[in-house]
Amino acid sequence: MSAKITARDVNVFYGEKHALKAVDLDIRAHEVTALIGPSGCGKSTFLRCINRMNDLIEGARVAGALTLDGDDIYDRGVDVVQLRARVGMVFQKPNPFPKSIYDNVAYGPRIHGLARDEAELDEIVMTSLEKAGLLKEVKDRLDERGTGLSGGQQQRLCIARAIAVSPEVILMDEPCSALDPIATAKVEELIDELKRNFTIVIVTHSMQQAARVSQRTAFFHLGSVVEVGDTEQIFTNPQHTLTQGYITGRFG
Amino acid sequence: MSLVILTAVLLLLASIGYHVGRSRALAVVGGNPRLLHSLPSYHGYYVALWCGLPALLLVGAWLAFEPTVVRTLVVTTLAESLGGTTSPEQLSLLYNEVRNVASNGHTSASPAVAAAAEHYLHIRGVLFAAVVVLALSAAIAGLGLARRAITAALRTRNRVERVMDALLVAASTVAIFTTIGIVLSLLFESIRFFSAVSLGEFLFGLSWSPQMAIRADQVGSSGAFGAVPLFAGTLLVSAIALLVAVPLGLFSAIYMAEYAAPRFRSVVKPLLEVLAGIPTVVYGFFAALTVAPFLRDLGASLGLTVASESALAAGLVMGIMIIPFVSSLSDDIITAVPQSLREGAFGLGATKSETIIKVVLPAALPGIVGGVLLAASRAIGETMIVVMAAGLSANLTANPLQAVTTVTVQIVTLLVGDQEFDSPKTLAAFALGLVLFCITLVLNVIALHIVRKYREEYD
Amino acid sequence: MTEMVETAAIRATPDALKARLRRRYAAERRFRALGLGAVLLSLSFLGVLLVTIVSNGITAFVQTQIRLEVAFDPAVMGLGADRSADALRSADYGGLVKAAIQSRFPDVESRAELRQLTKLISVQGGGEQLQAAVLADPGLIGSTRALWLIASPDVDMVMKGHVGRDKGAEGARLNDTQLGWLETLEQTGDVALTFNTLLFTRGDSREPELAGLWGAVVGSLYSLSITLLICFPIGVASAVYLEEFAPKNRLTDLIEVNINNLAAVPSVVFGLLGLAIFLNTFGLPRSAPLVGGLVLALISLPTIIIAGRAALKAVPPSIREAALGLGASRLQVTADHVLPLAMPGVLTGTILGMAHALGETAPLLMIGMVAFIVDIPGSPLDPAAVLPVQVYLWADSPERAFVERTSAAIMVLLAFLALMNLAAILLRKKFERRW
Repeated sequence: MSAKITARDVNVFYGEKHALKAVDLDIRAHEVTALIGPSGCGKSTFLRCINRMNDLIEGARVAGALTLDGDDIYDRGVDVVQLRARVGMVFQKPNPFPKSIYDNVAYGPRIHGLARDEAELDEIVMTSLEKAGLLKEVKDRLDERGTGLSGGQQQRLCIARAIAVSPEVILMDEPCSALDPIATAKVEELIDELKRNFTIVIVTHSMQQAARVSQRTAFFHLGSVVEVGDTEQIFTNPQHTLTQGYITGRFG
Repeated sequence: MSLVILTAVLLLLASIGYHVGRSRALAVVGGNPRLLHSLPSYHGYYVALWCGLPALLLVGAWLAFEPTVVRTLVVTTLAESLGGTTSPEQLSLLYNEVRNVASNGHTSASPAVAAAAEHYLHIRGVLFAAVVVLALSAAIAGLGLARRAITAALRTRNRVERVMDALLVAASTVAIFTTIGIVLSLLFESIRFFSAVSLGEFLFGLSWSPQMAIRADQVGSSGAFGAVPLFAGTLLVSAIALLVAVPLGLFSAIYMAEYAAPRFRSVVKPLLEVLAGIPTVVYGFFAALTVAPFLRDLGASLGLTVASESALAAGLVMGIMIIPFVSSLSDDIITAVPQSLREGAFGLGATKSETIIKVVLPAALPGIVGGVLLAASRAIGETMIVVMAAGLSANLTANPLQAVTTVTVQIVTLLVGDQEFDSPKTLAAFALGLVLFCITLVLNVIALHIVRKYREEYD
Repeated sequence: MTEMVETAAIRATPDALKARLRRRYAAERRFRALGLGAVLLSLSFLGVLLVTIVSNGITAFVQTQIRLEVAFDPAVMGLGADRSADALRSADYGGLVKAAIQSRFPDVESRAELRQLTKLISVQGGGEQLQAAVLADPGLIGSTRALWLIASPDVDMVMKGHVGRDKGAEGARLNDTQLGWLETLEQTGDVALTFNTLLFTRGDSREPELAGLWGAVVGSLYSLSITLLICFPIGVASAVYLEEFAPKNRLTDLIEVNINNLAAVPSVVFGLLGLAIFLNTFGLPRSAPLVGGLVLALISLPTIIIAGRAALKAVPPSIREAALGLGASRLQVTADHVLPLAMPGVLTGTILGMAHALGETAPLLMIGMVAFIVDIPGSPLDPAAVLPVQVYLWADSPERAFVERTSAAIMVLLAFLALMNLAAILLRKKFERRW
């Protein structure tokens, strides 16, 4: 299988702090890749390198090669804005804009000029909500504020918002950590659905979640990738003692 | 007026440019915005900026430099026509006359001035015509060129945003330029003042009577510019103000922070802040109308002579004005003292007041000192109250019942009314301004430093 | 719980300790009373201030008028055959007023007494009223009408009770004869207090009964418009740059330090800046609201920037991340999301900054806005006064009637300030948002 995203010798520094150390990682298309590891291990940092959200952090420096479909993400000629249109992101805490549900989903297509007219925009909004499994719940109240939805609905709205831009990759930074179990189950179901159309990278603290939703898993520890492999293999037959220690709950 | 029309025309052209750019961008890709790098509206802004910005900058430059250019040209010819014997001061007076004649259509007695006025109008007309032509051609050229540059791949969003970025940076440097402007204008005039009056005399002289310097041929025309009585007066009034404001403000803050019920607090706190929102001229009127006569009558009944404009009246009222500064700053600082410190004292069986006096206040002291310094700087720079209630006589006295004068009062009196600009008398105001600026600056830097240190300690 | 412990302690301790405890509680009560006293004393200052102003100023909103039979005699008016508007405008209406009051008291004959008699009425004010009447209806000429004419400030003060009628009352300017005439007029119901429209329609005047605030109000409006026009865009742009875009470097630090210090520079120093730069270097006109507005803009700028930054800071970073994650550029993030959300806070800060600018006086004195200006300014380039400067100018006038006007001007100024603050509070209430 070809790699959608490849990382070779990626290092990240926050000022003096060496946050990511020589990370090599391939992320395959149309799969869910889970990044696991104890807090502060660098998994979120790596995630944020992929759509260059780290650019915003004062004093952050990225070295090494990170490519998307063979194109260097950190090339000088790359327009970050266009990169982020190809690599969408869903955050830890649901963060809908304090605008209507419709406007939340329509914002991305609007700024990227994806719709020729209002009808086309309506179409995009509806299909995105449909794909996020939210349409049935909200179709009568598209004018209401997105912030008025329940936590799980808000997170699915954020996913709908991300897929409305029709990205190739969706990054998810612990998308269920602020949700209750029922909402989590719905989002996990959704992730499984989405992998048909999108490449998904998910950071999670929950080992069960990684096991449930992902096909491949990478274990991060102290800024390095300790082990990468098929999820099943990682959870049943870890090669590294650190990985084993983590998944059996001995530390982390 | 013609300037307004020119600007309006340029803005109109720019908005036309927006539509031209937008439709051009859509035309380039056959109406499918997905093929464009940036949204069509960014192409619109791109053309509008190329159309409007250079032209408007040109107009701005003209506005900034026109007076100087015209003045130089007119004064040169005027000097020539007068035979080159007139002094620069006379020329500057004549130039004012020229401008009056030109703008009001007065007839002038002097033919040279009349000719110069005509010359003045002529130059201005030519310059304006040139600016109109240049600005309009720049706008049209910008529009055309930018329209031609539009392609699907042109990153207009990035370019437009770079311009916006530059505008934001420019806006935030206004603060720097203001400071530079203040420092330069104060320094420049002060240096001229100190070429007439020595720095030592100014800072240590005991006699202040600038009024002597009005006429050059008068006896003692040099005037006396010893500013010590002013400094002493400022100090006296500010000290009285702080004597009123610090205890009242501090005790209010303690009560509000430690004792008051939330409802009492929510009503009284805004009311106290009202005291800070009242314009100082109102306080000045209050001081002159009510407080000063009251003090005079009170003094009379006690057998004391209180001047009708006394340091006490001005200081008292200024103190009232400063109460909310002290109280709200101290309130913030007292509330920032960690609860754990209080609990420690309560746990030992201390009463509330003992806790406050022995634990809370010592912990809050640096912050409170910072607040008092800020209040002091406020008092020193306050103008209207002292102008209206403290008086003009530069008495060197520590008696609060007498009239004193302050730095700010003298700045105002020296500059209000028609004074020739270059006399030491007006320049003295700038020297006083420089002193005032330096003192308040130092006080503020120290105070802010102390307060910040304090905040860091407990955050 | 503490009380229980304390009562137990009291029971267990000997008298000396008990006494000590009593002293400590007494100290506690004293301390508390001291605090409350400070609060109440501070508030009472506010009360005294407001009561003084209102009690002095409230009467300025009415004006004493005297009803007189006015005979529009062309001879007295100095009118020939020419009845053009110009001729009518320049006729002698003061003479009409004098004739009218003299005809009311035909017994008065000596020159000295006649002079005293005319002091009951405002010759200039009444004249202007008659002029307006004649210009509106030239047919009045030759007829006799009973008209209400503005009384002199001396009469006005007596009627409003600011000056007593007893002999030797403080500030008394009318003698017994004049008071007698006034009583005669009162007995026939020919003296009345009416709403003082002149206060709200005229510019400044040397005659207190003719002095109005409108010129100053217009001047303030012009100045504040200029201030707002300059301050708001620059202030918002600076706040946005510093909060959303600026990298942490020397320049940004310098700007920050600068803004904090500018906020504390005495306003009179800004006046010096305005005088040196705007007037002397750029040659802008003296006394003009344009320059006043510029100076006030520089004064309010730090306030607006600081308030704007606080409002921007209050917008949670998650909103920014969400938009950035969708591929919005930083400018789009700011313009589409952050700034609209921060706008109520920014506007509140701006209104408060404007309110501060409205009350500012000292820097405007430096740039010549203290001139005596009768005309209502027609543009920001015309000489004008502003409200607080009008207060300062009137406060300087010795006449008792001007004390009343000054207080009234202050009431108007405070009313404007209260309105602006109210608007700011309502705005904050309406858009208050918890994230």
